[in-house]
Parts: sequence; structure tokens; C-alpha cells
Amino acid sequence: MKSFTQKLALTTALVSSIALGAVSAQAEPTAEVLHYWTSGSEAKAVKALKEDFEANGGKWVDAPVAGGGGDAQAAVLRSRVLSGNPPAAVQIKGLSIQEWAEAGALGDLTKLGEEEGWDDVLPPLLQKIVKHDGKYVAVPVNIHRVDWIWANPKSLAKVDGEPPRTWDEFNALADKLQAAGITPLAHGGQPWQDGTVFETVVLGMGGAEFFNKAFIEKDMATIKSDTMKKVFDQMRKMRGYVDDDFSGRDWNLATSMVMRGEAAMQIMGDWAKGEFLAAGKVPGKDFLCVPTPSNGGYILNSDSFAMFNVSSEDDKAGQALLARLILGEKFQETFNLYKGSIPARMGVPTEKFDECAVKSMNDLQSASESGALVGSMAHEIAASGAIRGAILDVVTEHFNSDMTSDVAVERLAEAIELAE
Amino acid sequence: MMSLMTQKSIPAKKPLSDWFRRNVAKLVVAPTFGLIIFFVYGFIAWTGYVSFTKSKMLPTYSFEGFYQYIRLWKMTPWNVAMENLLVFGSLFILIAIVLGCLLAIALDQKVRAEGVLRTVYLYPMAISFIITGTAWKWILNPGLGIQNLVQSWGWESFSFDWLINSEMAIYTLVIAAVWQSSGFVMALFLAALRGVDSEIIKAAYLDGASLSRIYLVIILPTLRPVFLSCFFILTHMAVKSFDLVVALTGGGPGYSTIMPANFMYEMTFRRNQIGLGAASAMMMLATVMAIVIPYLYSELREKKNG
Repeated sequence: MKSFTQKLALTTALVSSIALGAVSAQAEPTAEVLHYWTSGSEAKAVKALKEDFEANGGKWVDAPVAGGGGDAQAAVLRSRVLSGNPPAAVQIKGLSIQEWAEAGALGDLTKLGEEEGWDDVLPPLLQKIVKHDGKYVAVPVNIHRVDWIWANPKSLAKVDGEPPRTWDEFNALADKLQAAGITPLAHGGQPWQDGTVFETVVLGMGGAEFFNKAFIEKDMATIKSDTMKKVFDQMRKMRGYVDDDFSGRDWNLATSMVMRGEAAMQIMGDWAKGEFLAAGKVPGKDFLCVPTPSNGGYILNSDSFAMFNVSSEDDKAGQALLARLILGEKFQETFNLYKGSIPARMGVPTEKFDECAVKSMNDLQSASESGALVGSMAHEIAASGAIRGAILDVVTEHFNSDMTSDVAVERLAEAIELAE
Repeated sequence: MMSLMTQKSIPAKKPLSDWFRRNVAKLVVAPTFGLIIFFVYGFIAWTGYVSFTKSKMLPTYSFEGFYQYIRLWKMTPWNVAMENLLVFGSLFILIAIVLGCLLAIALDQKVRAEGVLRTVYLYPMAISFIITGTAWKWILNPGLGIQNLVQSWGWESFSFDWLINSEMAIYTLVIAAVWQSSGFVMALFLAALRGVDSEIIKAAYLDGASLSRIYLVIILPTLRPVFLSCFFILTHMAVKSFDLVVALTGGGPGYSTIMPANFMYEMTFRRNQIGLGAASAMMMLATVMAIVIPYLYSELREKKNG
């Protein structure tokens, strides 16, 4: 019995190696892609990638895991890696790429990157995100800008308001709006939304260097500084500018408040644009997109696909093809038109993109050159899940209580220390 | 030759079938027993071990002592979660038992259409906590629910904003959980009330005892086992509560309404802190144990004495 199974295994191995040898001349690139883009424009965007991949002779094995903004996917990924059978490409982002790379689970795309000249087309910050020890381990799909104000021009016109360029102007405008009976800020009381507003204020009041020192270096002096106290003071003001029912509201409901003119502004990443466009609104006319006051800063959020260690030639060819397509100009354009973000590589023609996206592209370029470009903390680019969670705990507690700014910075320092 | 063989084969067969007959019950139970040992107790042991490591994204196995437990108790969200469990648990258990008991006594007065009323009260139990939470979220939302309704009737200053008030939000969980469970408690009590010997009650009547006195002194003391059952069922519901929080408050405002189970999920699956998550899970297990072990102990001892 034993010898029989041995024989069977041997023959299978033999046959398959012959088959492989025959095929590898024209290797069939195969990629199992684990992702959580399962609804709406995101699903469309993934379908575009799949069609492109198949048109180039690849075999796409779809492995979508719906739900929880990636929580469910993370559990699947963990068990697949632990069982020694990782998918070829996985939609993970930010610091979790570094965590997986440190665990030794990611492959190396450096050779392909050199051939394709990725070093020249990707913004340096983005290169840092997808490289580990100087090696490419992932490919970025898009860039979302986080620090946007989405404003209703009609509401602003009612108080003769201009989009604010400083936080003082923001406060003055908000006071005027409130006096006119318009909710100044549409906001949903969920920790990640509180965190999104918080990081735009941190960048606006402290600048890029302060932002990185606080969130990346976790420098305690910076975290407890007077500037950080001012940030919390501003957050306390913002709390007064939201309506009473904000608790637990989803972000897209806040967006529709701006659309209907119940609220004047929302601070949210450019996925909010998709809501406006889906409702048939025209940028510049029905809604405005202006960066939050930050003196030329830019908070970046980026989705990416990490390439895991795979052994078969088919899978390796699949990864290479997928990586090449993802960073190709054609795909970057079609995908990001669907998704509402902007291309991860610079220099993609801007004609087909709308006003807000073009502004985002130009600002990205200039912020990248001036050093005012930072990775998002609230969206896990600059901070790991644990640090981000600890920061969000304090931010959301401060926002929902009468905690003073002095106490808040102490608590922030304490929480970050414990989270490491 | 033939007869010899059959004679020989019978004594050889008999012990086996005998053994089989004697052990058939054990054999039937064995697979499930094995599965439970592995999937319940095995994984509890594994979680216990992981809670003594510095596991982050992936489990590691080098022993680090009580590192995670010390960290856990220093964290404000965990302390908030434990306080919430205490407040929510005690109020929920107390109110559900008192309300359920009163409802049962009321229904026991031979009211008309008792069957219908019983179903009405019991029905919330058939709904999952997710639905309960979502419905109550709408009812308690100041802009949509009760507050809005009363204000539209003309009482402009009426305010009922517990859901968005971080001091009071925990009580909205109590309201929803009591609404869902008190009917079930009522059913348990009603069944027990029907089991009380009517001769005793009649005798008490003849002796001139009032109705309230009969209930307080005679009937309720005989219901002690039901009180205990209700207490343990409700306790484990309180410790496990996760979905109600997710649906009703999402842990908010801030994290003022998180429960230990929510904390555990957040740490293990969102923040890549498996070790810390395991430590919090062990603390939840310890909480349940602290209640269940004295109960089991007293039950087993009573049986021995009885």
C-alpha cells in the first residue's frame, strides 16, 4: 500500500514536471488575487484589472473576501500564509506591507522594477511604502488624497464665504455658517473619521515635519508639545461645528448632507467624490474640492498589491505580469477613473480626469518636491494598525467628551507607548 | 470439521460483541467528545499559551510571562470595557429578572388571551441581537426616534439623547438587552409557577394570607432554581455581548460603550495584537469561571449530600 502511494506520487511528479517543462516554454501566468474590493466602483475597477490581465494571456483566480474593510481578508491571509499556501497577490497597504515583509512572506520584484523604471515614475514617498530593505515587494495601484474639504458652494454663498486657507479662516467661516443656521461640518462620529479630521489638523497646524515626528518617530516631546495641544483645541472647536446626531454616522451619509445643503463642508478623502459624481453633481459647480488648510501639504493614502512568496513558475510569471500591468499607464488611467483616485505613477495624461483629480495630481507633484507630502496616519500608511488604533482611541475619546487638551496629549503619549 | 469450526468461532466472537454492547454509548459519544476536547479545550489552552507571548501579526511561541496582562490592565479602553461589563451586566441581569418575574406573575393571574400575550413577550427572543441593536439605534437616535417624535407633539424642550451621550450610552445597551431577554425570563418563571402545588396556595388562602404575601413567602422561595438558571443564562449573555454593541452604538461615542469581547476582536483582528487579544480573552474566561465554578461546586455538593 505504501509503495503504491509512493509510486503514484512519483509518477504524478514526473508527469507534472514533464507537463510543466512543456508549458514553461510558454508559461501560463497565473495569479490568485486576494482582495476586498467587492462593491460598486471598486468592483468595477478590479474587473478592469482582471480583463486586462486575461487579455495579456494570464489566468486570473479571483479570491474576493467581502466585509469589514479588510478585517475578514486579513484573517484569511493569515491562515493561508501559516499553512504555507499564500495567494500570489494580496491587497494590503501601508505598514502592513512592511510587517509581512519582515515576516519573510513577500517576494522580490526589484528586477522587474528596474526593467520598468519604477524608480523614475513613482513618487519617493510611495517607493518607501512599497519597498522593504530597498527591494520592491508590492506595487501601488492608486493614490487617494485624504486632506480634502468637500464644500457646497450654495451654502458658502449664503454667508458670502470663501473656501478657507487657514484654520482661523475655517473657524471664522464656520461661525458665520452656524449663525446662518447651517451646520458647518458634516461629520460621522466613527473613530476613523475622527482620525481623518485630526490628521488634517495636525498637518495644518504643525506641518509635515511635525506630522512625521509625531506619527512615525513617535517622538514624545513632539506628542506632548504645545502645537499638539493647539491641535486638540482646534478639535474641540470642530466638535462644536458638527450637528447633534453625528454619532456613529457613516461617511457617505455625511457626504449627502453636504449635497443636500444641510451642511456646508465635509473633511474626507477623495472617495467622497464618487458619491457626488454618482448623484450627477458637477465638480466646481455643485460641489467644491479644496485642500484643508495646510500650506501646500498633502496627505496620501494608497492601495497596493503585495506579492507573496510563490514557488511555481506559472505563479511567478503571473506576479510579474500583474505587477507590470498594474503600474502600466493604461491600467493606471482606467482603474483610477473608476475608483475616483489618481494614478500612483506620475506623468499619466490628465485629459480624462476631472477638476479635483487634476488638482490632486498637481498638488502631489509640488508637495512631493517641497517635502510637504506625508502618509496618512488614519489610513494606516504612516502608522501601524496598533499605533493608529491607540491614537484613534484618544482622539475619539477627546472628541466625544470634555477632556482638556492638556490631558489629551498626556493620554496620547501614554497610549502610543503602550501600543508598541 | 464444520461443527468444530463453528464451535470455535462462537466463543471468539462473543467477547467482541459483548464488549461492543457494553461500550456502544461511549463509542457513539467518542467522536464528539474528541472534537470538543480539541476544538474547545485545546484552543482554550492554545489561547492561554499565546497570551503569555509577544505575538503580534503572527503567533510566536517564546514565553514572556505576564507582559501582555500588565499591558492590558494599563490600557484605558480595557478598563472602560471591564467597567462597562460590570454596569451593563449587573443592571441587565437585575432588571431582566425582576421584569421577567413580574410579567410571569401577572400572566399567572388567569388573564384572558394569555397565549397571545405570552407570545408577544417571548417574541423578541426570536430576533438576533443585530436586528435588536439596529432597531433600537433608530428608536433612540435623537433626530429620528423618540426625541424627535415627542418634540413634534409640541414638547419642544424634551430631550432623550442617551445614545450620543458618552456618559449615558451604556444604558441604551441595557434597554435593548432587557427588551430582548425579559420575555424569555418570563417564560422560564411562568413554567415554574405552573409547577407550584396549587394545594399549598389554597391552604394559604384559607389561612387568610394575602396574595402578595403568598407570592413573597411561599411561591417565590420555591422558584430558587429558576432564579439561578436565569442568572447564569443572562450572565453568559452579558459577558459574550458583542453583536448588540456593534449594531447599537458601534462602541461609541468614542469607545465609551465597548465590551471586553469588542476589545478582544479589535486587538486580535484589526490591530495585529494577537498576544494582547489572547490575554483579554483569558480575562473574559476568568470572569465567567469566577461565576460558574462556585455554582458548579455548590450544585455538585448538594447532589452528594442529597
